[in-house]
Amino acid sequence: MSLNVLAVDDSRTIRDMLKYTLNGAGMTTHLAEDGQHGLEVLDGLKPDVIITDINMPRLDGFGFIDAVRAQSEYRAVPILVLTTESSAELKSRARDAGATGWIVKPFDPEKLVKSLQIVAG
Amino acid sequence: MQEIRASFFIECEELLEALQDALQMMEGGEADDETINVAFRAVHSIKGGAGAFGLDDLVAFAHSFETTMDEMRAGRLEAEAETIALFFQCGDLLSDLVRVARDGGDIDDAVRSNLLSQLEELAGQDGQAAEEEVVDFQPMGISLDLPAIDGLPDLEADSAAVTEATETEANALRHVEIRFSPEPELYRSGNEPLFLLRALAGLGESTVCCTREALPDLEEYDGTANVMAWQIELHTNADDDAIRDVFDFVDGLCSLTITEVGPDDPGGSGDEVTAAPLPVDAEPEASLPAEPVPEPIRPQMSEDTVTQAAERPADTQRSKPGATVRVDLDRIDRMVNLVGELVINQSMLAQSVDASGLSGNTKIASGLDEFQQLTRDIQDSVMLIRAQPVKSLFQRMARIVREASSDVGKTVRLKTEGEGTEIDKTVIERLSDPLTHMIRNAVDHGLETPDDRVAAGKPEEGIVSLRASHRSGRVIIEVADNGGGINRPKVRQIATDKGLISPDQDLSDTEIDNLLFLPGFSTASEVSNLSGRGVGMDVVKNAISALGGRITITSTPGEGTTFSISLPLTLAVLDGMVVRVGSETLVVPLSAISETLSLQKEDARALGPQTQVVRVRDTFVPLINLGTELGYSPPRESYEGAIVLLISHEDGQRAALVVDGIEDQRQVVIKGLQDSYGHVPGVAAATILGDGQIALILDPADLLMNASGQSRPHQLARTG
Repeated sequence: MSLNVLAVDDSRTIRDMLKYTLNGAGMTTHLAEDGQHGLEVLDGLKPDVIITDINMPRLDGFGFIDAVRAQSEYRAVPILVLTTESSAELKSRARDAGATGWIVKPFDPEKLVKSLQIVAG
Repeated sequence: MQEIRASFFIECEELLEALQDALQMMEGGEADDETINVAFRAVHSIKGGAGAFGLDDLVAFAHSFETTMDEMRAGRLEAEAETIALFFQCGDLLSDLVRVARDGGDIDDAVRSNLLSQLEELAGQDGQAAEEEVVDFQPMGISLDLPAIDGLPDLEADSAAVTEATETEANALRHVEIRFSPEPELYRSGNEPLFLLRALAGLGESTVCCTREALPDLEEYDGTANVMAWQIELHTNADDDAIRDVFDFVDGLCSLTITEVGPDDPGGSGDEVTAAPLPVDAEPEASLPAEPVPEPIRPQMSEDTVTQAAERPADTQRSKPGATVRVDLDRIDRMVNLVGELVINQSMLAQSVDASGLSGNTKIASGLDEFQQLTRDIQDSVMLIRAQPVKSLFQRMARIVREASSDVGKTVRLKTEGEGTEIDKTVIERLSDPLTHMIRNAVDHGLETPDDRVAAGKPEEGIVSLRASHRSGRVIIEVADNGGGINRPKVRQIATDKGLISPDQDLSDTEIDNLLFLPGFSTASEVSNLSGRGVGMDVVKNAISALGGRITITSTPGEGTTFSISLPLTLAVLDGMVVRVGSETLVVPLSAISETLSLQKEDARALGPQTQVVRVRDTFVPLINLGTELGYSPPRESYEGAIVLLISHEDGQRAALVVDGIEDQRQVVIKGLQDSYGHVPGVAAATILGDGQIALILDPADLLMNASGQSRPHQLARTG
């Protein structure tokens, strides 16, 4: 499964873990450390799927998803939200923002890979 | 994975620093939304990372801390001084928990319980609610006991589970029928039914039919409406929950029914389809074969220790973070050493070219000049890599102040300045202990008790200041308090009682202050458990000296005391003046030399049989004949025509060093002597000159001490 993944998280540890897990599953991982940085990395990149944290400096996850969805070429790109809680309210907010799905942190590597397969083939 | 764990702890240090910064801003009245957010995010990120490594203690405490902070974020909790003080304490405990998670050790459970109950009280949590919240965040605990880098056991185990699900163990298989009908919203959120169907196929053998019951005629077709639905026959040993998990993300965005058709009957599935509530004319429009069993996932971690990760600036600037590379310190040290060798090599080359008698206009000479310039630039750049702001060190001191002041019942505020001042990483690490002791001293001995302060007309709150700055090629770090100043009569009395000085010895204020640095001196009438931990100011002074630094005291009665530490920017190179004394070549640090003079007959005057001074404009400066002082040459009969280096000390003391000649002015690579010889009085280190000769680098401050009346214990051995 050679997916091209953009992962946005302000925690370097989580970024490292994502890269470790995804590269290990044969995917290509691009990293960004906040929403603003994510938009910069996204420019010119054609990710099969985007993973984003919510609480980040400069531009948070909701703002990032908004900005991504506002670009027609990324309207259908699956976006998974990384959250530390799985409340219905948060899921609903994420979905309203245009998220495809959510992954609870700390993520289970196997479940993460499966989730990516579900949303991006 | 171990590398990620190590990286996590480095990140924790940065996050704790960001937390301290934010809390300090909040303490200073800047509790705006973004500052609170920065503090919250720091704790939140620590929790997130800790969860990944199964550090339950850290997760649990970070969670409570974050929950209370979230109340402040939501505006339900005021940023009052008491709350900020509690947050500082929680930050300290968080820092301890990080350390314990990294290095092992114990946490004071009483402190933790106390802080937790205070946090819960503030957040309005009762114990029960807090408990549930913690449970909501389940640490995952990735196994770190990897047999090899290419195997991640839990991944493989889980892949095996998937494999099991697809293996046809006939007696365990169920036959279920799934009807899946997406809403238009499902497509808008970036979900793709095809992928969901593939994921289902991963659970077992599936047959997928697209139902066209809702498909209108072409002329009535509305591209945005929901017209597609699927019916899936699945032979699987997965339960309903596993099937629903596939549709987790589209919950509420589709209609989904899962019907148990019965135990698997390979021949009977066709009958079951006809039993499904489909129109008779429903025919399969598309069929997807079951997905092949996924290959076990094999993580491939690059062995390169350089991780591409953009680090956030340590301060709270929201500017675009610059890309950085983390490099193993050993590699940098190796480069520093190599550059040192390059400098020596360049210097030797220059000397050889000079000795060959080539004129300065040749191509070789100009090429060599350029080489010299480039070598210097490379050296500066390499030194910059090792430089770090003193901020992290200062932040550690903030905690020392909090703990020390609470131990002795004083109200103390730490003021810091120049946190961005950069200094060699090794120097920063080795400054931690001496600074800790000085800060404790300032709180314990320097500042008066609250009652005494009030009686003296001062605010009850004492101030300890920590300042860093660059001054003439050195870093100056000052630890100051606004206490009562050094009690000189008492210091003198103690020194006399302990036999450190004779009762009738005539001492200036500065000399009395310097008695504090004598081994065995302690002004505390009884050893408190705070600063009296067996470490005296003499140990502090030795630690500073070992770094090539000096420490001085200034104190004003009633106003306070300032300890000033002057340190070299780096421990690797220095700009020096190469001088000849007798048959020896020595190096004097350029930063210490204020001017050079050639003496006239009447400039030098004798004050006694062994004491001479030299007239420099309108003042007299003690004269030190280096040759005699170091045992290289006999005393001079006349100083006429002698060359003198005028040395200035931080505290204003000056001395004139007599040398036999000035050879050169150049950058030299410092080679420590301490490992081989221990501390040699008057000598800071050694270097290798361009001709391969070894030269000692002098320590002018140590020589000056000698000039101020203290006798030198022994003379130096010759080198070379």
